[in-house]
Amino acid sequence: MSDSATATVGHDHHEASFISTYVFSTDHKMIAKQFFWFALVMMILGGGLALMFRWQLAWPETSVWGFGWLSDENEFMPTGIIGPDIYNMMITMHATIMVFFVIMPMFSGAFSNFLIPLMIGARDMAFPFLNMLSFWVAALAGVIMLAGFFVEGGHAAAGWTAYAPLSIKEEFTGVGAGQTLWALSIFVLTISGLMGSVNYITTVINMRTKGMTWFRMPTTVWALFVVAILSLLALPILGAAGVLLIFDRVFETAFFDPQKGGQPLLWQHLFWYFGHPEVYILILPAMGVTSDILSVFSRKPIFGYRAMVYAIIAIAFIGWAVWGHHMFQSGMNPRLGQAFMTTTMLIAIPSAIKTFNWLGTLWKGSIQFTVPMLHALAFVSMFVIGGLSGIFMASNTVDIFIHDTYFIVAHIHYVLFGGSIFGLFAGVTFWFPKMFGRMMNDSLGRVHFWITFIGFNIIFFPMHILGIGGHMRRIYNPMQYDFLKDFEPFNVAITLGALMLGMGQIIFAMNIFGSLWKLNFNWFRTAARVVSSYLSAFIAYKFVAFYLEGLTNPTPASFGGRMFAGIIGLAVFVWIYRYLSKKMGEIGETAPQNPWKANTLEWVAPVIPPHGNFGPTLPVVHRGPYEYSLPGEEDDWAPQTKPLSEEAASASH
Amino acid sequence: MMSWLPENISAHGGEIDFLFTFIYYITSVTFFLVAACMVAFLILYRQKPGVQATYTHGNKTIEIIWTVIPAIILIVILFLSQASWAKLKVNPPTNPDVRLEVIGKQFNWIVIYPGPDGKFGTKDDVRLDNQVNIPINKMVLISMRAEDVIHSFFIPNARVKQDIVPGRLTQVWFKPIKTGKYEIPCAELCGTGHSGMKGELIVHSEESYTAFLTKLYAKKSS
Ligand code: HEM
Ligand SMILES: [Cu+2]
Ligand SMILES: [Cu+2]
Repeated sequence: MSDSATATVGHDHHEASFISTYVFSTDHKMIAKQFFWFALVMMILGGGLALMFRWQLAWPETSVWGFGWLSDENEFMPTGIIGPDIYNMMITMHATIMVFFVIMPMFSGAFSNFLIPLMIGARDMAFPFLNMLSFWVAALAGVIMLAGFFVEGGHAAAGWTAYAPLSIKEEFTGVGAGQTLWALSIFVLTISGLMGSVNYITTVINMRTKGMTWFRMPTTVWALFVVAILSLLALPILGAAGVLLIFDRVFETAFFDPQKGGQPLLWQHLFWYFGHPEVYILILPAMGVTSDILSVFSRKPIFGYRAMVYAIIAIAFIGWAVWGHHMFQSGMNPRLGQAFMTTTMLIAIPSAIKTFNWLGTLWKGSIQFTVPMLHALAFVSMFVIGGLSGIFMASNTVDIFIHDTYFIVAHIHYVLFGGSIFGLFAGVTFWFPKMFGRMMNDSLGRVHFWITFIGFNIIFFPMHILGIGGHMRRIYNPMQYDFLKDFEPFNVAITLGALMLGMGQIIFAMNIFGSLWKLNFNWFRTAARVVSSYLSAFIAYKFVAFYLEGLTNPTPASFGGRMFAGIIGLAVFVWIYRYLSKKMGEIGETAPQNPWKANTLEWVAPVIPPHGNFGPTLPVVHRGPYEYSLPGEEDDWAPQTKPLSEEAASASH
Repeated sequence: MMSWLPENISAHGGEIDFLFTFIYYITSVTFFLVAACMVAFLILYRQKPGVQATYTHGNKTIEIIWTVIPAIILIVILFLSQASWAKLKVNPPTNPDVRLEVIGKQFNWIVIYPGPDGKFGTKDDVRLDNQVNIPINKMVLISMRAEDVIHSFFIPNARVKQDIVPGRLTQVWFKPIKTGKYEIPCAELCGTGHSGMKGELIVHSEESYTAFLTKLYAKKSS
């Protein structure tokens, strides 16, 4: 494995053209950046869709804010109103994009690519060319997916789970080529995922630098490695299911069509046999990243490193045996419900172990509240809620009531947004200096964090209550049901929260681009301050007005109410503006070698690692990644490359 | 939070509500313990000048404790659930008092009453759109099929939910213990009209049920 230390430093160094540097690059860091931008752009689309259908849920059948000018002949949204077809399409595409084109490319594309070689001390991936292909195939999948929006009949509208037979015949949804393109895109994406995972697995097994034993690998690498194995095994199932779906749609085969003897439940089994490992593909990387970040900013080794690693492996194993918990009420043999509940309970145990170990890591630490740390802490606390709500649904009996209600939607988002997306923010803010050689702005980061964290909880916490009330998911207009009439205020509050969350991301975008391009001009600084304060103030105003006026539209707020809300809004504006004026400092500071004083190998590489990552010789690893506050050391950190002093050698293990 | 549950009107509903509440208390306590520890640690162990973090890699005993305790709690929940699950979903009543058939179809529930002969598939069957009429305190068994896509027969108040799959027979059973009118939404995305696909459950008193049936069947034979 350590041959790579002596292996090729001399990558081909002929003049790199623009195309070979930025487009068809084989450098893992550039490919990582391609995945990074790809995921961020898709996130805007996925988030935009969510904001639009949230409007419909809060104020059913009214013009979406900003779209009222559309004519009543508009195909998609006549007079800006979302119809049920478009609504179904929007929820389907929101979930599809977020799962397959945001979280997966970000973790299994950008993070895996960027971090694995740097953290294990390798010069690149095992198969750089395959790596490049993996991105371009993913991009192709993205293009196919986007094309679906423009075809006759609109895009797929059968839910991200695409349950057959709804998804196999045009007559059921009115969707034609859209659903086929959906399946095709998913199929192409699985091929990209396979190329990536083969690469990551080989790289981790073969290319660790001298001294980087398995149990000296950071948990991030462990998680990304295990996720690569899960992807390798799970994606072919989805790919195959996608092809069968295309066959049923285009060649009129009968895999899932009951009228010709096919089995609708076969689709569900295939989908969830992939689907449950998939949710771990989405969250394990965030868990790994969080473990690392908690350790760095508690200046303390991870509590129970081995337990953490074993928990990841255990989750990966048991994850194959729980898929039926999505199908308790599906009509499969109910006896299976008992088996699947048992395995599901089993998988909750490693999740609990991880949570407690995160707490253990904080215990007696020396905690620094940096922006990545805030996101990591949010991850832990939100994942706890998501994990606990999982227990409700894991009980097949309780699931009778809450299956297919907003309780599930709350669960999904506490684990996927509260978990994966906060993990994603933690990772991006932590490694931004490594990726781009500049620091992200700290105080803008804080404003963004708090808006996101508060907005997130305003949106998703009340969804538990909706679920308890029996509010079905994927319904277009809750006001059609008498038993849901009382829940309207929650739906309005949730939509306001969504607006808040969405607007908060503008601050994130300003921070990213401002830092990247070092936009330190007065106009940009002022703009960043004004935008941040204005958004916060606007939201505060909306919430106060909403709260005062008995919660529901369409009665406009009274003058007194608006005055009061206005005062609160103004106060928030002044508060945020002054905070930023005082604290903002420089935007896009050049990153130092090791801004967080972290131990792992990527911070030993040059600030902006060149092609080949490390200098003429590869680093040699002498210790585990978490030797913080080691007694007998001068500093409270010790890079993995630092040889152990005798004293330290006896204290550490 | 549990007070948001819609009113329960079925004999078995209490079991689901009990388990729901039971898990609610367990998870709430867990959450508050974890949150309290976390907040306490964040305050107590925030970075302070001159104070170093304690160097430790963990502790085997405590690892075992926090593996075993959740495991025990989960096993308890598992066993409590299984007893109810068997009753509610695995073993249908052998001698139900009332039998009905439901056909799920974009975007209606077609309810079939067996007619005076008590048998389905005979000429005297009566079909009603979106109306399930049943008597109070009687065990009802509903056999369900779908004509086109998957639907899900959901009666929030009766704590009943079961997907209806084309090409497959599924059943639900329950015993209502309160008269009144309740909604029967479809809980599985089934196309454009999914939202708004709903029927009505009418739980009659004994007399009003007999009157209803008489009228229903009389209309048919005339
Ligand atoms: C403590 C661990 C967990 C347990 C016990 C658990 C349990 C469950 C159960 C039983 C369901 C099916 C509910 C239903 O449809 O009626 C479900 C749905 C779901 N879970 Fe989890 N879960 C856990 C953790 C996670 C994690 C970590 C993720 C993702 C990162 C996740 C993502 C999802 C998603 C996306 C769905 C819904 C899929 C859909 O129907 O659209 N869960 N979970
Ligand atoms: Cu699952
Ligand atoms: Cu439906």
